[in-house]
Amino acid sequence: MTARNVVLHVADVHKRFGGLHALADVDLQVEEGTTHAIIGPNGAGKSTLLNVCIGRLAPDTGAVVFDGQVITGKQPHEINQMGVVRVFQTPEIFSDLNLLQNVMVPAFAKRDGAFRLNAMRSVATRTDIRDEALHCLEEVGLLGQKDAVAGSLSRGDKRRLELAMGLVQKPRLLLLDEPTAGMSRHDTNSTIDLLKKFKGRGMTKVIIEHDMHVVFSLADRVTVLAQGRIIAEGSPDEVRGNARVQEAYLGGAHP
Amino acid sequence: MWSNAARNDWILLAGFSLVVLCLPLILEPIGAAYPALMQKFCIFGIFAIGFNILFGLTGYLSFGHAAFLGVGSYAAVWSFKLLTMNAIPAIVFAIVCAAVFALVIGYVSLKRSGIYFSILTLAFAQMSYNLAYSVLTPLTNGETGLQLSLQDPRIIDALFVAPQAGLPRVNLFGLHTSGGGYAGFYLCAAALIVCFFIALRIFRSPFGLMLRAIKSNQTRMRYTGFNTRPYLLAAFVISGMYAGLAGGLMAVTDPLVGAERMQWTASGEVVLMTILGGAGTLVGPVLGAAVIKYFENIFSSFSATTLQGVFGFLPDVIERPLVSFLSLFVGDGWNLTLGVVFMLIVIFLPGGLMEGLRRIWSLFGRRPGGGDKVPAAQTQLAE
Repeated sequence: MTARNVVLHVADVHKRFGGLHALADVDLQVEEGTTHAIIGPNGAGKSTLLNVCIGRLAPDTGAVVFDGQVITGKQPHEINQMGVVRVFQTPEIFSDLNLLQNVMVPAFAKRDGAFRLNAMRSVATRTDIRDEALHCLEEVGLLGQKDAVAGSLSRGDKRRLELAMGLVQKPRLLLLDEPTAGMSRHDTNSTIDLLKKFKGRGMTKVIIEHDMHVVFSLADRVTVLAQGRIIAEGSPDEVRGNARVQEAYLGGAHP
Repeated sequence: MWSNAARNDWILLAGFSLVVLCLPLILEPIGAAYPALMQKFCIFGIFAIGFNILFGLTGYLSFGHAAFLGVGSYAAVWSFKLLTMNAIPAIVFAIVCAAVFALVIGYVSLKRSGIYFSILTLAFAQMSYNLAYSVLTPLTNGETGLQLSLQDPRIIDALFVAPQAGLPRVNLFGLHTSGGGYAGFYLCAAALIVCFFIALRIFRSPFGLMLRAIKSNQTRMRYTGFNTRPYLLAAFVISGMYAGLAGGLMAVTDPLVGAERMQWTASGEVVLMTILGGAGTLVGPVLGAAVIKYFENIFSSFSATTLQGVFGFLPDVIERPLVSFLSLFVGDGWNLTLGVVFMLIVIFLPGGLMEGLRRIWSLFGRRPGGGDKVPAAQTQLAE
């Protein structure tokens, strides 16, 4: 269909919760190296779609294909090991560990796989992992707090930490669930700058977002969901000009 | 900084070994310096260190670890009966049997987490207890308990040693380890030091880090690309093997085992030891085990007469009510004291005795942190 490789294909996915049709006929293709935003009003099915992509929810029909392999029905850790990493909306971090350990744990997953019984070697000897983790902490601007306990961070810093935890795995596909929700304008802008920094690295990103400012600064392509259906798809400018989108979403919710 | 951490670990290990090997000197002033009791400290220390690898690192609270203790003891006694009176094969056999048991029980129990996991382990342990008590009488000799007899084949011994009159004793290449001598204590002490070293390595390893991360946020671990089940099962089996070793050593120091070793009270005891000492710390569980065994064995032998001796300098009016009040807490009342101590610690020192020691240590103005564990442990034991 295009010259670029389709890395994620959500093929005809349906998902019902009782009487609610959360996702209907959703067919979505994400091209390699692009930043693809999924927008839509509350309850449009954005988070459901993301959960289907990472294996948290199984679709009723249809399938999710990543890099030519069906990932529907696989375990979350298997999907991660294939290179799909999700950054959660409410920060999911290891609150009892320090920042460095928080980033080293996903780095170990990338290096050593889903399970390895390496009980007799000291963490301290794995300088490769440590350096990678320190590098990622530096990129998100948390290097100075590397020994702090993660649970003590502010909400904004927790999200940046989670971003570092995602980046250290060098994912092929990064799924970001509202990366700036609840952030101040200043923090939002620094997150945008951070994500822009990673644009040229061949990493594909899918961003779910409310904030139009974020979407139009980052996205190459935008898909609009409303009531579980795709109502528009195109470049940010095309979507902005679309009458159905304005009616369903931008008209009411945009500040 | 990292080499510093490694150095501190070696200091910790050296300090720990020193304290364990010098226990006879250290415990002399508090009247606990006899081998039969000190080897109990070591055996229950091993049991608690192993339990802490599961509970302290992953947060999974097992209420059935006494089952592995019992399995280890039965396995060791069978090794004495069938093969040889040497302690080494008995210990190896005990660890292997406990590992197999832990693999099966862990595989099923780890299908659930939280309270359901605890209940499943408790149920398995009670099943094991009842099996040992009645159903499996040919294997366990039921309520009488499994013991050595003159008719035992002892295949390996029969090949090399001419049979002597009377029951043979457990030995370690000529040293008699049963019967409460120093050989038994030093065997247990050596085992404790090795176990402590292995636990130290596990705590510092990537595996230990993953277990701690599972305790902190298991869901996140799954989405981080880890298959958490084998990690948990490995921790469960390792802690089961520690319990098996402890059970084996019990048999080595006293080759007689009854089903009550598997009862739920024994499972609960190791939970108390770990929490009392400080779950998730390295030295804490050993300390907790020593404190509880001390109370059980020494405190319980104090009587009103002992108290009268202590408070004899007070005027009669004060002494008599004081002694009659305090005598509730000693002798048969030692459980009461232990209960009060445990309650106070859980309420005021949620990190257990180790947290208390750390606070005392930081009062003296030394830098707080990992390196303070050795001196802190020494001050405590020397008291």
